Amino acid sequence: MNKTILIVDDDMDYLLQTRIKVEQFGFKVITAESQKEAEKILEFTHPDLAIFDLMMENDDSGFILCYKLKRKYPEVPIIIATGVTAETGMLFDITGDDERKWIKADLFLDKGIRADQLQREINKLLKL
Amino acid sequence: MASFKVLVVDDEPGIRMGTRRILQNFKVDYPFMDEHIDFEILEAATGEDAIEIIDVQLPDIVLLDNKLPGIQGIQVLEYIRNKQYDIVVVMITSYASLELAVKATRDGAYDFIPKPFTPQELRASIENITKQLFLRRMTQTLNNEGKHIRFQFMSVLSHELKAPLNAIEGYLRMIGEKQMGDNVDSYKEMIDRSLERVKGMRQLILDMLDLTRLKSGKPMHKLQQIVLSDIARISKDTVRPFAIQKDVDVYITCPQNIVMNFDPGEMEIILNNLLSNAVKYNHEGGRVDCQITSEKDVVNISVSDTGIGMSDEEQLHIFEDFVRVRNTKTRQITGTGLGLSIVKKIVDSYGGKITLQSFPDKGSTFNITLPREFSFEQVN
Repeated sequence: MNKTILIVDDDMDYLLQTRIKVEQFGFKVITAESQKEAEKILEFTHPDLAIFDLMMENDDSGFILCYKLKRKYPEVPIIIATGVTAETGMLFDITGDDERKWIKADLFLDKGIRADQLQREINKLLKL
Repeated sequence: MASFKVLVVDDEPGIRMGTRRILQNFKVDYPFMDEHIDFEILEAATGEDAIEIIDVQLPDIVLLDNKLPGIQGIQVLEYIRNKQYDIVVVMITSYASLELAVKATRDGAYDFIPKPFTPQELRASIENITKQLFLRRMTQTLNNEGKHIRFQFMSVLSHELKAPLNAIEGYLRMIGEKQMGDNVDSYKEMIDRSLERVKGMRQLILDMLDLTRLKSGKPMHKLQQIVLSDIARISKDTVRPFAIQKDVDVYITCPQNIVMNFDPGEMEIILNNLLSNAVKYNHEGGRVDCQITSEKDVVNISVSDTGIGMSDEEQLHIFEDFVRVRNTKTRQITGTGLGLSIVKKIVDSYGGKITLQSFPDKGSTFNITLPREFSFEQVN
């Protein structure tokens, strides 16, 4: 069975590029362009992994989605893909226990990451 | 020509030499920068040497390997941070040590380049850093001059310039890697999206030119007696191809005899922006009505459309720089977020007024009132 990956991003170009890459890795992909749309999808879909953009209609849309997804399916790994560090200088990471408690993501990745790196990270999280 | 000093700290001579070779003829420029920046390369094989060079030469950028024979890269990073040097540090690290890279970022490293890197990766990273550094130094200068606002503008601008470049770069990479096989047709969507982003970027540059003229000190209106119906006709011709493409009818009502004292180029910018917005944010088969009327002392311009409209909340900041309505209805529409801010700045500079009435899925109406006989004394 193909694993299903949910990708959420409000930048349609980034969404398209990520979708194509992840499909090339051999996964089934569902996409959403907003936090709202993603929430709707999560009502009737159980993805095997999710990749969320951080800032969408809300500055913390990615975090909200993490919280909601983990509450429903605690075992689903989540990647937050963000260009926010380079853009704003704000730093996030989830190495500390403090961060882990409130940020429900498993991994932060920079949007500029190479396809092979992305694939490696996804496989690691899915234990493939 | 400005020059940035780049210090390469790595115990492998190959990396140092390679970096020198990759960067020695490399130049970075910005559309709004008057000059290029090129790079002078310094080398250190150990962290101890690096610190000595940093104290004396004060480089702008340090490319820092963490695994060094003596003290570690991370300690050099701490040293730079403690001294509060204005240096951007990039960690050169193998991907396996992501944990370290994250820690380094927290300690002030700006970026990390995974090892081994290609010349393109290094150049891309250096270009990015150079621009950030340039802007950062510019902020300091501007802050000192109390011109903080201008920097905010620049930083949004750099984001707006980066976004289409990132998108296009992403598509080109995927095409270059032939991710969809050998058939060119498979890449149609990627190519179309890239062209769309190029188009948006070109418009951004044009808008920037308009805005720069308006922002550079006092407005320099080239005042003359203009016949409004003539300019309205030019603007209608300008949007016509676009209107035909979207199947939107544009109607202009303007008596022949309305004459006013105005800069013709600026009137064209106003009408072009309002009309093209009215077409752009319309439904297929929709309509645009532009009515120009005059009273004794004022000229009224009204442009209404049957388009997607805006909610009250979306209208709030619509006249500010780079503000665009972002929702599912606008996501396919390219725009710079500068058009209306330009229009408002022009209208304001004549002591005029612009107002907006808009309802979602019904359409928008922009009303502009301008003095008929403008003179510079009136504003001052």
